[in-house]
Amino acid sequence: MTMALRTEAIETLLVEKGLVKSAAVDALVERYEQDIGPLRGSRVVAKAWTDPAFRARLLEDGMPAIRELGFGDNTDAHVARLVVKENTESVHNLIVCTLCSCYPWAVLGLPPAWYKSAAYRSRAVREPRRLLAELGLDLPADVEVRVWDSSAEVRYMVLPQRPRGTDGLGVEDLAALVTRDSMIGVEQL
Amino acid sequence: MNGIHDMGGMHGFGAVDRRPDEALFPEAWQGRVCALAGYAIGAGLANLDAFRHAVERMPADRYLADGYYGRWLYALETLAAERLGGDAAVERPDHVGSVVREVDREARFAVGDAVRTWNRHPQGHTRLPGYARDRRGVIAEVHPACVYPDTNAEGRGESPEYLYTVAFDSRELWGEEAEAGATVYIDLFEPYLEVLE
Repeated sequence: MTMALRTEAIETLLVEKGLVKSAAVDALVERYEQDIGPLRGSRVVAKAWTDPAFRARLLEDGMPAIRELGFGDNTDAHVARLVVKENTESVHNLIVCTLCSCYPWAVLGLPPAWYKSAAYRSRAVREPRRLLAELGLDLPADVEVRVWDSSAEVRYMVLPQRPRGTDGLGVEDLAALVTRDSMIGVEQL
Repeated sequence: MNGIHDMGGMHGFGAVDRRPDEALFPEAWQGRVCALAGYAIGAGLANLDAFRHAVERMPADRYLADGYYGRWLYALETLAAERLGGDAAVERPDHVGSVVREVDREARFAVGDAVRTWNRHPQGHTRLPGYARDRRGVIAEVHPACVYPDTNAEGRGESPEYLYTVAFDSRELWGEEAEAGATVYIDLFEPYLEVLE
């Protein structure tokens, strides 16, 4: 049976048993596709770049800080904490989940396919420098790599370094520069 | 369990295929499975730990072949077959929010403590990755007590345990061939950790 037919079958059963409503499923799919995505994280990062007090609160405890911006709703309700790790001249952070594919949905939406791939999950903890180099990010030897394996209900997000030459930009323009992959740690801006 | 899902450190999966602008759900069924799983868990079909364990119980060849939402579909089918067979109603979960729990005891470890992970190979669900088993690390952060996945996945109760972020030097994990200047941080529950003498 195809995946699509199997999905129809399980949906029919779950509806019959009263666990889900098909209209709600339609709405949630639409919400994932349109409303919940890395744009939230971009705005968190841009705010942190421009507001030192917010940045300090964000690094201290991520979830209350993102709630200030209206995020952190029930998208990731089971999560214990959101921890934001700051990239610097001497430290580069990288996020993975080797056991499944835990990912900071509340700020980045659903994970991209490569993040869930066997290649990424297997290699990020064993050879992060080589992996990053293959993805176009050559880290100098004196930069420490910190890999965060999200093995419990703590979620991680990287605060990338602000690009040079962006001093005059406002929050909206800065947010447009922030990529999803930079907040996972496989890209620098 | 020592399953295919425990991928940290494995060889043989090749390069990471990072494609720009891929669709969130390339096939429509994937989006429906994603939403169905969320609602079914919220409605009490299974808690998140039992759901993850259902994914882990998938035969290894299918785990690799069916993709992320294919695994979720398998887990939904497995749990439905196990739990929705009779006339018994599914119980709504007590908690639909955070896994953080109050406990009336202090955390056993503090930041800076040297620890060793236990060397156990449970058949059931656990969140200590195989590559970090029987390894020395240092407590980097102490988190609140949380629902313990090892018992919660099997319906043996939440039995909350303190959670720690533990730092492991890359050489401790991967030996002489480890990359220099790399540290792996893993979130581990208190029972997994022993005092390093």
